[in-house]
Amino acid sequence: MRITIKLFATLRTGRFDIETLEFSPGVTIDQVIKELGIPEKEVTLIFVNGHHADIHDTLSDGDTIDLFPPVGGG
Amino acid sequence: MEALHDFLLTHVQGDLLPWQAQVEAGEHFGLTFGQVEETALKLNILPSRYQRNRQTISTAQQLTLFQSKVAVIGCGGLGGYIIEELARLGVGNIKAIDPDVFEEHNLNRQILCNISVLGKSKAEVAEARVRDINPAVHLIPIKDAFSKANGVELLHDVNVTVDALDNIPTRIELAETCETLGIPLIHGTIGGWYGQITTQLPGDQTIQKIYGQRSEVRGVEKVLGNPSFTPAIIASMEVAETCKLLLNQGTSLHKRVLFINILDMEIEDIRI
Repeated sequence: MRITIKLFATLRTGRFDIETLEFSPGVTIDQVIKELGIPEKEVTLIFVNGHHADIHDTLSDGDTIDLFPPVGGG
Repeated sequence: MEALHDFLLTHVQGDLLPWQAQVEAGEHFGLTFGQVEETALKLNILPSRYQRNRQTISTAQQLTLFQSKVAVIGCGGLGGYIIEELARLGVGNIKAIDPDVFEEHNLNRQILCNISVLGKSKAEVAEARVRDINPAVHLIPIKDAFSKANGVELLHDVNVTVDALDNIPTRIELAETCETLGIPLIHGTIGGWYGQITTQLPGDQTIQKIYGQRSEVRGVEKVLGNPSFTPAIIASMEVAETCKLLLNQGTSLHKRVLFINILDMEIEDIRI
């Protein structure tokens, strides 16, 4: 199934801004993050089709996920 | 009191009260700058310093701001700009909380930091700065680290809390304390070219949703650091959110996060 992935800020470095990729049915967000070679701790905010999501949520064909890194400075 | 009213009304120039008249009123009647400014605003007299606010903020709203109390947690990159802007806006009571002293690596971005204050308390430098801008604004410097242990005591008497912290775990504690006390929290944070802001109202749990159960202390700023422009942008937006909340104006970032990417000039408006 096809999942569109949008990466933000530092997560783009050496990767991409937006891409649609093929994954096995029933894939979870943490598996997608792993396949992209992103360490799990580098992702904080996750949205699926514009709705706040959990890293363990299962994806469906055609979903769009947005991944943001943690920002914590002041 | 009537004599003070007469004094202020006779010293109005046009429809504005000059600073010199505020000083003379204080000396003549043995009042603080704050007491004189509040009395003037109650009489619907606008101190001259606020004349360029006027098309945006009415004299009645200026009084509301003057009678408000805002806590700023952190007096560094974000906090310095936030305190500066709150004081110029005319927020009458500011609690500035920071345990640190200024160091050389703060000079690249922290507006309150200059060579002459290296080694001095950030909270005390903030107090001196605000006194220079407007001695009618009362800034309470607190040279202590915010934590869950002292949070209720520090924040129980404020209208709004503004986040200018430099780490994630303390932010989560701050958000929890604001939830406990039922007070709004304006969240802002920065790292390199990036920043995010939101307005958390009691019950929202927005900060907890953003950071989840994270154990890491720092985010992207650990590698990227912070340049001069990012804190100024995010701090200004935090002060605008604070102003709107205090005056019940406009549309806030309630249940929304703005994620700002200055490198590519992109702003994501996320519903959460």
